[in-house]
Amino acid sequence: MKKIFQILTDSFRMARKDLLEFFRDRMQLVFFIIMPIFMMIMTGFIFPTENSLKNIPLGIANQDTGQMSATMTEVLTEMRTSNGDNIFSVKTFADDGALKDAIKAQKINGGVFISSDFSQAIQENQQASVTIIPDQSNPQISQILTQVLQQVIARTSTSVAQTKVDEMIKLTAIANPQLAQVNAAVIIQPIQSTIDNLIPGKPNYFQFVAPGIMAMIVMMSVMTGLATSVSREREAGTLDGLLIAPVSRLSIILGKAFSQTARGMIQGMIVLLLAIVLFGVHVYGSWLIMIVLLFLGVFAFMGIGILVSALASAQESAMTIMMTFQFPMMFLSGVFFPIQQMPQVMQYVSKVIPLTYEATALRKVIVLGAGFSSVWIEVLILFVFGAVMLAIAVPTFRRAVTR
Amino acid sequence: MNDSSDIIEVKNLTKKFKDLTAVDGISFSVREGEVFGFLGPNGAGKTTTIKMLCTLLRPTSGQALVSGQDVVKSPSEVRKHIGLVAEKLILYDRLTAMENLKFFGSLYHIPKQEVVARATKWLKALEMEKWQDKMAGTFSTGMKQRVNIARALLTEPEVIFLDEPTLGLDPQTSRSIRNFIDDLHAHGVTVILTTHIMPEADELSDNIAIIDHGKIIAMDTPQNLKASIKKDNATLEDVFLRLTGRDMREDSHEHIPSARAHMFGGKSRVR
Ligand SMILES: Nc1ncnc2c1ncn2[C@@H]1O[C@H](COP(=O)(O)OP(=O)(O)OP(=O)(O)O)[C@@H](O)[C@H]1O
Ligand SMILES: [Mg+2]
Repeated sequence: MKKIFQILTDSFRMARKDLLEFFRDRMQLVFFIIMPIFMMIMTGFIFPTENSLKNIPLGIANQDTGQMSATMTEVLTEMRTSNGDNIFSVKTFADDGALKDAIKAQKINGGVFISSDFSQAIQENQQASVTIIPDQSNPQISQILTQVLQQVIARTSTSVAQTKVDEMIKLTAIANPQLAQVNAAVIIQPIQSTIDNLIPGKPNYFQFVAPGIMAMIVMMSVMTGLATSVSREREAGTLDGLLIAPVSRLSIILGKAFSQTARGMIQGMIVLLLAIVLFGVHVYGSWLIMIVLLFLGVFAFMGIGILVSALASAQESAMTIMMTFQFPMMFLSGVFFPIQQMPQVMQYVSKVIPLTYEATALRKVIVLGAGFSSVWIEVLILFVFGAVMLAIAVPTFRRAVTR
Repeated sequence: MNDSSDIIEVKNLTKKFKDLTAVDGISFSVREGEVFGFLGPNGAGKTTTIKMLCTLLRPTSGQALVSGQDVVKSPSEVRKHIGLVAEKLILYDRLTAMENLKFFGSLYHIPKQEVVARATKWLKALEMEKWQDKMAGTFSTGMKQRVNIARALLTEPEVIFLDEPTLGLDPQTSRSIRNFIDDLHAHGVTVILTTHIMPEADELSDNIAIIDHGKIIAMDTPQNLKASIKKDNATLEDVFLRLTGRDMREDSHEHIPSARAHMFGGKSRVR
């Protein structure tokens, strides 16, 4: 008991020294604060959300002269985002060939072709058609574009249908007065869907990505931070000063782990603060569970950090090893893209990455307001992973420092 | 040789790095309170020996006792009795001189006031008291080395290892450090000193061992060593060159970390 206490107080001394050193390094401090800000802003703005889509160049070739197609063109031209920006910047073209050429020349991101018989077909109670030409070289935009256009067309055709059904009802109601009560909308769309969100408001990309980035930043600072900090001391020669002191090896590595934990938590909080203040993210779950989850993440990744610092002799090789691990982790753990959107094989891969569980658990708590009962599987996995890694890493470190 | 007042006893100590035998079965002993000069050409194995005695490297075979404790069996006991001034400075640039000393003192579980009292005393003795609250990173090499020595002495060790303590220092600082080592000697501290400056070893040491290719090739008092070669007014340098030859150590080129070894860790690696 006394020994454990001694190990802990020694490691707190080490951690205090590390943090003192760290906070005096202006350059490092600047990057420390800028990195999460940069990360948030970057991921927030490079991914298209419906709000960020505006003035998409859209080509329309309207060969029809009727009222209906003119209305549709106007709807597309006048569509606005919630911020009041035009979604499309519409250019007119002669025919579908011209639209395709413009897409190839990357002048427009998509085209709508309305053939000359459009209005006539509607008038004559035939099915009229509109052609959407997407720009397949830009899948993100073309997907959104196709969705929006299909909605507009669906809405237009519903209103056409409604007018026609109304006419039909009026005609038949003369013979059968009961039918006068029938609502045209019910005939056309017998089922209506409403969305009952778990949380109010529209889903927001930041809301999705902020928990993941928090998880990732915490992971990076314990893994990279720990390994580079140990190798820096090894290269400078100061590690020898710690090793000849009558303190346990465990204190040395725990001290490093504590100081890196503090750094990771501070950075995680910067991300959260930015997300809340700048990007309208809201924490729906309990802050306590969120913080416990962050600490658990630190615990889970500490072992890998220690292992790398034991194995990597120079700071540079520590960095290289870490990058090799972290890069695939970042992309496969669902921090930036939902795992469900990945191919099946990659989904299996992401299941063995601990960061996936950290990110998922944090997202559940922050976005869906989940309680402990909904994240206990993730908690268990992270805990077991962390414990196993530590059990491997600590003896390896002990052996590695005195070769 | 195995006197009860021997503070260091080394028997057949060997250290191999893969196929390179850096230290090759050396045996020697150091008496309590003496200054023991440990000389040898570059790559001879001096630093490797010191690191084994300081519990920083595990010997491949052989035995070493420091203050009566085995360096392999009870390293933590050995650590309580030693101080080390290594080839690289053991100081944090972003801590002040005093903060450095307080930090290292705290690792030896010396009460805080005691640490401050000792730190003040040593900084004064080394003429660094004016600078105690300045960042170590802003110091000159000589100032850094003086704080580094204060750090090694803070725990009032029985044995202090000085691995080239005057390396890269100006004549004034070297002089003051030599005087300081003399003071330590007078106070009965055992000093293990490595240096490439022959007059320095001659002036300070009670006994000298010359090591080459991992083997001790001569061990005696400076006077006896000088008398052993037939030359009038022989200096220690004459002895050294006679014993180790005039060739530079290019033959051990593959032993000195090459560019490749450096990329993969090389010498900075603690083994
Ligand atoms: N970690 C290591 N890995 C491999 N070889 C090493 C290692 N440390 C030292 N050596 C080799 O062991 C030999 C002895 O090195 P050592 O540093 O003990 O020499 P030294 O006598 O202190 O030399 P110098 O006067 O240059 O300081 C050298 O050939 C060196 O290259
Ligand atoms: Mg050396």
